[in-house]
Amino acid sequence: MNVTLKVWRQKSKDDKGRFVSYPVRNVSPDASFLEMLDVLNEELGKKGEEPVAFDHDCREGICGSCGIVIDGRAHGPGRGAATCELRMRSFRDGDTIVAEPWRATPFPVIKDLVVDRTSMDRIMYAGGYISAKTGGVPDGNSTPIPKPVAEEAMDAASCIGCGACVAACPNSSAMLFVGAKVSQLALLPQGKVEAKRRVERMVDQMDKEGFGNCSNNYACEAECPKEISVQHIARLNREFLKKTLA
Amino acid sequence: MKLDSKIPSGPVEKQWDNYRFNLKLVNPSNKRKYTIIVVGTGLAGASAAASFGELGYNVLAFSYHESPRRAHSISAQGGINAPKNYANDGDSIYRLFYDTVKGGDYRAREANVYRLAQVSNSIIDQCVAQGVPFARDYAGYLDNRSFGGAQVSRTFYARGQTGQQLLLGAYSALCRQIDLGTVKFFPRREMLDVVLVDGQARGIVARNLVSGAIESYDAHAVVLATGGYGNVFYLSTNAKACNATAIWRAYKKGAVFGNPCYTQIHPTCIPQSGDYQSKLTLMSESLRNDGRIWVSKQKGDKRKPEEIPESERDYYLERLYPSFGNLVPRDVASRRAKEMCDKGFGVGPTGLAVYLDFSDAIKRLGKNVIEEKYGNLFDMYHEITAEDPYKTPMRIYPAVHYTMGGLWVDYNLMSSIPGMYVIGEANFSDHGANRLGASALMQGLADGYFVIPYTIGDYLASSKFSPVTAESTEFKTAKADLDAMVHKLMSINGKKSVEEFHRELGKIMWDNVGMARTKETLTKALEEIPKLRQEFWQNVKVVGSSNDLNADLERAGRVADFMELGELLARDALHREESCGGHFRVEHQTEEGEAKRDDEKFSYVAAWEYAGPDKTPILNKEPLSFEYVKPSQRSYK
Repeated sequence: MNVTLKVWRQKSKDDKGRFVSYPVRNVSPDASFLEMLDVLNEELGKKGEEPVAFDHDCREGICGSCGIVIDGRAHGPGRGAATCELRMRSFRDGDTIVAEPWRATPFPVIKDLVVDRTSMDRIMYAGGYISAKTGGVPDGNSTPIPKPVAEEAMDAASCIGCGACVAACPNSSAMLFVGAKVSQLALLPQGKVEAKRRVERMVDQMDKEGFGNCSNNYACEAECPKEISVQHIARLNREFLKKTLA
Repeated sequence: MKLDSKIPSGPVEKQWDNYRFNLKLVNPSNKRKYTIIVVGTGLAGASAAASFGELGYNVLAFSYHESPRRAHSISAQGGINAPKNYANDGDSIYRLFYDTVKGGDYRAREANVYRLAQVSNSIIDQCVAQGVPFARDYAGYLDNRSFGGAQVSRTFYARGQTGQQLLLGAYSALCRQIDLGTVKFFPRREMLDVVLVDGQARGIVARNLVSGAIESYDAHAVVLATGGYGNVFYLSTNAKACNATAIWRAYKKGAVFGNPCYTQIHPTCIPQSGDYQSKLTLMSESLRNDGRIWVSKQKGDKRKPEEIPESERDYYLERLYPSFGNLVPRDVASRRAKEMCDKGFGVGPTGLAVYLDFSDAIKRLGKNVIEEKYGNLFDMYHEITAEDPYKTPMRIYPAVHYTMGGLWVDYNLMSSIPGMYVIGEANFSDHGANRLGASALMQGLADGYFVIPYTIGDYLASSKFSPVTAESTEFKTAKADLDAMVHKLMSINGKKSVEEFHRELGKIMWDNVGMARTKETLTKALEEIPKLRQEFWQNVKVVGSSNDLNADLERAGRVADFMELGELLARDALHREESCGGHFRVEHQTEEGEAKRDDEKFSYVAAWEYAGPDKTPILNKEPLSFEYVKPSQRSYK
């Protein structure tokens, strides 16, 4: 199939940036979207033009590196998949496909489609953990955890930290990302000890980084490649309230 | 070079405890005066960096990723082994030790493997304490499953995302230390050289991938946790950025390289579908617990799988190995799949695939149970192939997956460069010639949480350090050399892209140094690789600038190193005139077509020493002895 890729080109953080269109020919429908970008980049390289920069690594939807807004949607058409899992068969022959970086104040563009998401890491530094030092912990089976609770914690823990929730949100809110971690650890008995401090510090850092708040738009859940439920935002709010009242 | 493995004496059960007691300790208040560099923040690197930080050392951690959570450990699906014996099926530390030595085809050190089995139970406890949501049964206790090559259920798992959950656990411990200020994390930095002062590793030189600047960092010890070199084959299940540059440059500075020819081919990957393909996707081998592998009894059968009646199917693993069936170790399952395809029984459009069928398991257990166990894997398969594995069998084919070889290390995990340690997949230490399923996560975390935090202290406490800063001559020289190399890569301006060279190298490697190696193919590889390398340095085209984010330039340096490493791999495979584990020499097989070892001649670690550019490397041998697990022909019949 033949497509036209209208892609965001931006030399550096301080460059203004613009869209540039490139034709891409003879793409297999079984190729992934990123493999289509590889083909384009190899052609650009041969002509001495700079390839389109984009983040990617595992290409199986788990590392969270990739993230492109495709035709206006974070990670492109379809549900429950990261950009790297998107196949060209999702498009039609002759389509013009628009590709842009995540757009949010806490995600400054580094180059083309690559953005700086370290703001999300800094939220984790602030409290996304249980303070269990190496060694000196009890046997793994010492505290039974009801299966449904463990499963719900696992649902939350499956977040890949890609930032699609932020990119999809009109307020650039990171509350699904933060909620997923707060919720995972608040559900588990071993995480309850530090629950108050955790939610306070993570939310505080989230605000400092310039992420917005949730206005119940739910675009985050719709675009999350792991389909993490907004119920975890509800639990984040509840945990925050518990901290405030206590 | 004289290699001292520092294997302790005494009974294997007591070796680690006694050894640990005799290690020198660093006074708690002195720890912050020591700086440790950790390169790579996957399972091994993140767990080590976090543990060093907790102990009070000053830690500098580096990753070419933007965040530690992107490391390739995250892709591991199946699980992590520990002989907790929660399943009451007769498991023990000794049994895990035994299985690992046997599974590695008697090419690993007994002492290392015993220690690995010993500390593995603590890993599970540690991860649970961190909030890793392992699968649980209805009583709320941890669930286990059995995994390729094991007859007991000792594998702990978190759906098909165990690597992700364990990495996020280690990442969370690392985050805490970063917040406390004991660890400083440097994102988007690629280590390009290790710097030696007075023969000791005293720092690294790294490229800032955003600004392009070559930066110098000094320390008292350097830990490499930079993963394996499977991408030397171009197509592998490794993530795109996985590379061998850190360990290769260290090799060229004097770290000897152990058993480079031990590479693992994973039996259950999604087959290649076209030339544009950028990588291969692994399907966890836990699928083999419930899936049955088969091909048609007719050659070149073009019928749909559903149209082939039961009586015309060949469940060849169940036929050849009645007691292990579909759960034979990876090397056996891979080789048999290749063999069936080579004989013309392969399925699918390319004929390079076999079926992995879940219909019996779905009938027996119900779709819900299968979905709960493997849902994400089935979705991934569906996404990639547009076929629904709940309705039609998966097509699978082997692909390069893991490298057991790596930099040689002693019992302390220190390389032959004093002060430079190597942990996780980057070292050669624990898996011998073949790694068992669910043992990579175990080794990465064992090294990082429970081995290196002790052994590094002994080195720091017992060594003398001359004053060094990043401004010292040695750093300036290293930086100048790298600036020159970058300049050279940028100025060749030839006709072929970096990817083209990488693909060509991968083809040479897969065709000649892949699943079945012969003297002829290996000799051919040894002729072709240097030619390709020569062409690379005359005809490669690297576009863009060296002063900003430039993926093409990053890849160029990595491919240049792969082209040297590929040659060493082939050389090692040629010299090892036997078959063992993942190294299969066609000339050396039993009548039944199984790997045939030669313990008389090859019961040793091949540790290759760099001798200079275009010089034949020197082979050093570390003999292996087996006091507990007596070598026998592996049999899974």
